[in-house]
Amino acid sequence: MAHSDRPLSPHLAIYRWKISNTLSIIHRMTGVALSFGALALVSWLLSILAGQGYYSLVNDLFDSFIGRFALFGWTFCFFYHLSNGIRHMCWDVGKGFDRLQAQQSGILVLAVALILTVGLWAIVLAG
Amino acid sequence: MSLQSPLGKALGHGSAKTGLDHWLAQRSTAIALVPLGLWFTVSLLLLPHGSHEFVVAWVAEPLNAILLILLVIALVYHSMVGLQVIVEDYVQGGLGYLTMITVQFVHILLVVAGIYSIIVISLGAGQ
Repeated sequence: MAHSDRPLSPHLAIYRWKISNTLSIIHRMTGVALSFGALALVSWLLSILAGQGYYSLVNDLFDSFIGRFALFGWTFCFFYHLSNGIRHMCWDVGKGFDRLQAQQSGILVLAVALILTVGLWAIVLAG
Repeated sequence: MSLQSPLGKALGHGSAKTGLDHWLAQRSTAIALVPLGLWFTVSLLLLPHGSHEFVVAWVAEPLNAILLILLVIALVYHSMVGLQVIVEDYVQGGLGYLTMITVQFVHILLVVAGIYSIIVISLGAGQ
């Protein structure tokens, strides 16, 4: 291909890490993780369809240490992507572009995602 | 040889009128995924642990089946459009096309397998 040596955008290697671009790349990474979550969701549905044996197998997999770690990760990714997605929606309608506002909403998004993740897993582990 | 710059060539031709579809689809699926994602998260929390019989009955509940199908469609579409943007940004040339087609095939497989499972589970549960 003609342009294969052009730099790739967004240029991860050259930006100074600030809260704005850090949260932006986390949005992408959580999105990719949640794509694998979609794969897990469909696998779960297929296992229900396949019957008791397969369902127990998939259930045990989700219940293993790695499975629980993945579910915990997806919980954070979901709440982060959800709250930061709402932040993006506000930007799409032209609200919150001011630098201070963008920083504050970014911190808010992180806090909300962490609180909801910890809260949900407190319920899981208590129940 | 023309001395006109690429920008000069592009100016004055107006917008292409199309190309906004994916951007809009990403937003509309995002809006749909706010209630659908929260509903599914809470539902998973409330499902009793490990019972195949119960989960089949839960999926077969008409409202749950409909919401699950909507969730699978919105989630898989949102995932596909999101991953496509990332592939466009980071994977170039022939490998880029290959990755793009793979992403599309996997997502079509996911949406078909997901909807098929939900419908067949629902139909089977009534027998």
